[in-house]
Amino acid sequence: MIVVVDYGLGNTGSILNAFEKIGITAVKSAEGNVIRNASGIVFPGDGAAGQAMRNIEMRQLIEPIKDFIAKGKPFLGICLGMQILLTESEEGNTKCLGIVKGRVRKFNSFIKTPQIGWNKIKFQKEREKIKNLSKNINDLSYFYFINSYYCDPTDKTIIMATTDHFGEFCSIFVKGNILGVQFHPEKSANAGFQLLKNWTKLC
Amino acid sequence: MTEGKVVKGIKFKTFRDAGDPVRLAAEYDRQGADELVFLDITASVENRDILLDVVRRTACEVTIPFSVGGGIRTVEDMRLILSSGADKVSVNTGAFRNPHLISDCANEFGSQCVVLSLDARKKDKTHWNVFINGGREDTNMSAIDWAKKAVSLGAGEILLTSIDTDGTKEGFNVELTRAVAKTVNVSIIASGGAGKLEDFVEILTVGRADAALAASLFHFKELTIGKVKEYLNERNIAVRI
Repeated sequence: MIVVVDYGLGNTGSILNAFEKIGITAVKSAEGNVIRNASGIVFPGDGAAGQAMRNIEMRQLIEPIKDFIAKGKPFLGICLGMQILLTESEEGNTKCLGIVKGRVRKFNSFIKTPQIGWNKIKFQKEREKIKNLSKNINDLSYFYFINSYYCDPTDKTIIMATTDHFGEFCSIFVKGNILGVQFHPEKSANAGFQLLKNWTKLC
Repeated sequence: MTEGKVVKGIKFKTFRDAGDPVRLAAEYDRQGADELVFLDITASVENRDILLDVVRRTACEVTIPFSVGGGIRTVEDMRLILSSGADKVSVNTGAFRNPHLISDCANEFGSQCVVLSLDARKKDKTHWNVFINGGREDTNMSAIDWAKKAVSLGAGEILLTSIDTDGTKEGFNVELTRAVAKTVNVSIIASGGAGKLEDFVEILTVGRADAALAASLFHFKELTIGKVKEYLNERNIAVRI
């Protein structure tokens, strides 16, 4: 069973609707045991990093999430759910989960922030490593973004796609069983739904 | 929308019925729309339940982001709409009367889902006033000043409607849009006046809008979304096709 982690931030409803449309059963949960025993985890999120970390701690979800990831099963972090996997975030100088080494940075102040809208992803040469995940998704496909911050992972070889918003930033990373996407696949029409389908097949 | 139906006016008056919102939303999603905007123009208490029901049913149908506005007065109003499945909420009269609504909502849900819906009408050649209450009340405040203030309070996007051009099909209000876009550092969705393909090019280039909204043109099938996007693409304006 695919489980969407419910920690009080992020539109879990949209994600569940998206899975329903592609004919996949998914549930939302905030329970450690349900998370540990999932076949795949979706870690959503909108809002601020500090609040997200507080909510996750309060609900005692850090250990279940780390246990799940250690099992090697598919884990998908979306937007803020991608960002808080990193070591730290410039958003309120927040210490994050530290599952993926790196820093979450803010767009330069002269840039329109938040970035709200459709933007293209540019696959990197590492795409070869994620043939299944990127199946039937064209290079330069449009996805829907809402972000003021972006991930800057220490290990650049995990970056599978970048996006240009007054400079290139990491829009997809894959580290082992962890897929992080800065955009919202659940709001990205065909391309987004294709990515969810591809990911679901790994679960 | 009013009473659960889609309507479209001219300069915020003489409304014409355009059908069922959920069905239209699904149709526009299929045609390749990038975003849907629902505005409840009556926004009465009785209508709130109808609106929430439309939001819930739309959320199940569409694969693109959608924003909902009309009659938002409190953080709780906004929470109800977001939890019904909307991705963003637009505030207008309620925010003008109580600007803290913007900061309160932005602190609670993040700027990314707080849209300032700004209805402006020409005062003289280079000045526009903010109108509230569905365009009925002149606030005597400059549209530029209000846009600036709302962004400083945390609005993440502006839905800018020109009452002068609304429903006229004579083109977007390029001067107004350009003036607001030059002032603030958030995305601007220009609305009001789309009539032909060139209008979209003009507002996205000269007008400096980040997105263009059209209603009548699509509701009454004068143009399709695909046609507009194809035209923009041919003119090297980046669009999702």
